[in-house]
Amino acid sequence: MVLLTLMAIITVGIVRIRNLFGVVVLSGIYSFLMASVMIVLDAVDVAMTEASVGAGISTVLMLSVLYLTKSRESVPTSTPLFPVIVAAAAAAMLLFGTLDLPPFGEAATAVHQHVAPHYLAKSMEETGVPNVVTSVLASYRGYDTLGETTVIFTAGIAVLMLLRGRRKSTKPSTDA
Amino acid sequence: MKLDLILRVATKLLCPFILLFALYVQFHGDYGPGGGFQAGVIAAAMVILYAITYGLEPAKRAVPPAIAQAMIPLGVLIFAGTGVATMLLGDNFLAYNALDHHSPVHGQHLGILLVELGVLVTVAGTMVAVFYAFAGRGR
Amino acid sequence: MAVIESIIQHYNHWIMIFLMVSGLYIVVNRGNMVKKLVGLSLFQTSVYLIYITPGKILGGTPPILDDAFTVYSNPLPHVLILTAIVVGVATLALGLALVVRINEAYGSIEEDELFANGEDGT
Repeated sequence: MVLLTLMAIITVGIVRIRNLFGVVVLSGIYSFLMASVMIVLDAVDVAMTEASVGAGISTVLMLSVLYLTKSRESVPTSTPLFPVIVAAAAAAMLLFGTLDLPPFGEAATAVHQHVAPHYLAKSMEETGVPNVVTSVLASYRGYDTLGETTVIFTAGIAVLMLLRGRRKSTKPSTDA
Repeated sequence: MKLDLILRVATKLLCPFILLFALYVQFHGDYGPGGGFQAGVIAAAMVILYAITYGLEPAKRAVPPAIAQAMIPLGVLIFAGTGVATMLLGDNFLAYNALDHHSPVHGQHLGILLVELGVLVTVAGTMVAVFYAFAGRGR
Repeated sequence: MAVIESIIQHYNHWIMIFLMVSGLYIVVNRGNMVKKLVGLSLFQTSVYLIYITPGKILGGTPPILDDAFTVYSNPLPHVLILTAIVVGVATLALGLALVVRINEAYGSIEEDELFANGEDGT
C-alpha cells in the first residue's frame, strides 16, 4: 500500500512538472516502484521485465529523444476543463465498476478457476519446467509469444525505416 | 572526456558480468524468474551502457549495426522455424513433443529453449538497433 | 471495521484508476508529444496493475513450482503482461521515432505550434 501511494504521488509529479527531463526521470522512478509492487504481488518475472525495460531502456530512449528535440514543455493555451471532465467521467465509471469486483487476494475468484490450475498442476509433468511462467509463455501459449515477437520485429523495422538516412533541414518537407 | 575515468573502468569491469547475467537469466529462466525477453533487454542494456560511456563509434565497432539489424528477423525465424520443424516432424505447429521421440518432456524442454533463444535474439537486436538509430540521429 | 476492510480490498483498484485517469488526462490535455507518450505509458502501466492484481492469492508464492509450497499465484496474467511490457517499449520507441521525425520536419513537438504553422499557409 505504501508503494502504491508513492506511485500516486509520483504520478501527480509527472502531471505537474513542465521540465520534460524531470518527467522522464520521474517516470523511471515510477517504473521501479511498479516493479516493486509486482514483486509484492508475486509476479517476479514481470517485475524483472518492468525494472529492466521500463526503468532502463525506455528512459534511455526518452532521454535521447529529448536530446534531439527540446526539454521544455510550453504552457498549454487551451483550458483544462474538457480534459478534466473526460478524466472525471472515466474515473467515475471505473469506480462504479470496482464495486462489483471480488475482494483482493482470494483463491475462490473466477480468475483462478479456468486454465490456471491446469498449468500449475501439469507444467512439471508435461514440460519439465518448474517456472510456470516460462512454460506457459513458451509452450502452452507459444502462438501468443510468436505474435508478440512479430510485433517487436515490426516495430523495430518501422523505427529503423523512420530514422534511417541523413538528417534533413528543418524546413517542411513533403516526404516522410 | 578525461574526467570519467572511474566510469570507464567500471563499465569495462561490469560489461562481461552484465552479459553473463543476461545469459544466466536466459538459461536459468526455466527454474527461476527470467526468460528470453528479460535476457534480451539486459544484453541490450550492456551495449547501451558501453555506448553511453565510450561513445557511439566504439560501440558500433564492438557490435556493428548490421549485426543488430540482422538479429531482428533472425529471432523471428528461429521461433517460427521451431514451429515449422515440429510440423515437419509430424505434429502441430509449435507442438514441441515431436522434437524428441523418446521423451516428450525433453522435446518440450528443447522447444522452450529454442523459442526463448529466438525471443532473446529478436529483443536484443531490436533494442540495440533502435538505440543506434536514435543516438546516431544527433550527429 | 467493514469500511477499513473495503478500503484495503479495493485500494489497488483505486490507485490503478487514479493512474489510468492521470494518463488519460495527460494525453488529452498536454500538447507536448513526449509528454503525451509518457501519459500513454502511464495508462499502459495501470493496465499491467489491473491484470496482475487479481492473480495474487494471499499466502501464495510466485508460480515457480517446488515441493515446499502448494498455493501459487496465477501465472497466466504474468505471462500476458510480461510480453505486453516488451511490446509496449517497442511501440513507445516507434512513437518516439515519429516524434523525432515530426521535430525534424516542422521544428516543433508542440501540438499548438504545429497547428498554428499549418494554418499559416503550407
